[in-house]
Amino acid sequence: MTKMLGTRDVYGDVLIELGVANRDIVVLDADLSSSTRTAKFAKRFPERFFNVGVSEQDLMGTSAGLASAGKIPFASTFAVFATGRAWEQVRQSICLPKMNVKIVATHGGITVGEDGASHQSTEDIALMRVLPNMTVIIPADGYEAGAAIRLAANFRGPVYIRLSRDKFPVIYPENCEFEIGKAKVHSIGEDVTLISCGLMVHLSLEAADDLRREGLSVGVINMSTIKPLDSNAVLNAARVSGAIVTAEEHSVIGGLGSAVAEVISENEPVPLKRIGINDRFGMSGRATELLEYFGLTKNAIKEAVYHVMKLKSDKRQDLRLSN
Amino acid sequence: MAKVEIEKLKEIARQIRIDILTMLVEAGSGHSGGSLSAADIITVLYFYKMRYDPKNPKWEERDKFVLSKGHAAPALYAVLGRAGYFDTGHFHTLRKMGSILRGHPNSAVTPGVEVCTGSLGQGLSQANGLALSARLDKRPTRVYVMHGDGEIDEGQIWEAAMTSAHYKIDNLCAILDNNGLQIDGPNKEVKDTDPLVGKWRMFGWHVIEINGHNIEEIISALDKAEEIKGKPTMIIAHTVKGKGVSFMENKVEYHGVAPTRDEFERAMKELSEGN
Repeated sequence: MTKMLGTRDVYGDVLIELGVANRDIVVLDADLSSSTRTAKFAKRFPERFFNVGVSEQDLMGTSAGLASAGKIPFASTFAVFATGRAWEQVRQSICLPKMNVKIVATHGGITVGEDGASHQSTEDIALMRVLPNMTVIIPADGYEAGAAIRLAANFRGPVYIRLSRDKFPVIYPENCEFEIGKAKVHSIGEDVTLISCGLMVHLSLEAADDLRREGLSVGVINMSTIKPLDSNAVLNAARVSGAIVTAEEHSVIGGLGSAVAEVISENEPVPLKRIGINDRFGMSGRATELLEYFGLTKNAIKEAVYHVMKLKSDKRQDLRLSN
Repeated sequence: MAKVEIEKLKEIARQIRIDILTMLVEAGSGHSGGSLSAADIITVLYFYKMRYDPKNPKWEERDKFVLSKGHAAPALYAVLGRAGYFDTGHFHTLRKMGSILRGHPNSAVTPGVEVCTGSLGQGLSQANGLALSARLDKRPTRVYVMHGDGEIDEGQIWEAAMTSAHYKIDNLCAILDNNGLQIDGPNKEVKDTDPLVGKWRMFGWHVIEINGHNIEEIISALDKAEEIKGKPTMIIAHTVKGKGVSFMENKVEYHGVAPTRDEFERAMKELSEGN
């Protein structure tokens, strides 16, 4: 049985650890502290916790002010509100002056489930990725989340970390390492490379196992830092595999798939298929039902692999014909 | 406060107005009206009230000022330059390529500027953060933030106003530059924000009303604010947009434009005559 671990649960624990180690760590929330797990920190360090109520714009602005005076604020709410409701505050008050604010948003993606489209962030990566000075991280499991959060506390500059409501299967050891802007290359494949983030990493690893049994050589990359993107890892995959499939719990517009497309189309054009939400809003349902409905599954990844491999082979045939 | 000190502040404010218009005419664009209405208050803040060290801009115990109505940047740059944060020669570079004096305040490039403003409504949250941080560190820092009256149309102002009151942030003093005009016309016509005093009181603030061009009243309000404990203070300063230049006063059309060369000469004549 795969061990399951909630990225937000890890967040709650790591905040305590950080709070003990560094008096400059402060935590802010917008009335969702029990859901985001910042309530633990609030209980332990009440004087360093600020609940601004249901006001996300104020959440980001207050965090910016605290950072300006030397504090290391962790600001938390749901991903859709952190990035959508307060986008311009993140832009003006945090990113423009390069304030040392860590936005750790929970309830990313459609696996929020029953609350439906209003609470499901399928645009947050795009919204954060477009901001200069911003670092964007989506951990693939609880332990990677812990490592990323610890690292973010010691990294100077704005960071956006997207966590989830649901528990994820554990992929990495508890003491796993994390480096901003460095992809985790699980395997190198000559037929295709899967580049994913968040929950889709574990599904990509499963898809790769199936595909290998079919005789394919499959690379898998966990691109947990969407920005700055590890373009070397992407270009290596493009050169070695000649075909790429990306997978993310986010719109296919503006997220990981777009970031990968930008890099390969300018430097090493190869067939690409993006798995993600196809320009639609989410809806209510259980997380597993929604993943199935929107095509964020192991089988969808496998179908995408067959598709890009066909494109690759057609392309090679065309080249032979034209020679 | 001795009369001679008051006269000195009036003289500095006159110079600040000259600096503002000098910057704006060279830049060829920018916000004249709201810079001039804020000039006396900003002068008293920087040359009477606030504790800071221009040679050590990051001095940890300094008082901090947030110009939430960031479009009045020329007024802020004028006092920062006159206070010694940077050479006044920079005044001639306002809004030009490569200048440290951007169209709106940017803490990443201008010494003495604490946070980035310009997109309205964001300064009070930032000021709360600065003040809370000083409280956590037990520093004597007081935080001042200036808003425009059109600016308080922004919802974030009221989110932040409740935060200031909830956390009893009494090392914070906000000042409302109530010149009565915004880009599209008088506040009363665009979106009536009255009754201002009642609104801020109901939001849990101590409110003081003054004439924002009367140096003595500005001084006494800022001193009084320091004595108020357990709640933030809002100084509602009644001002005149374009104050000090007769043909700009109370003229909505001077909100977002710089003086022409001819207007500048006429303004200089008025200001040098001490009107």
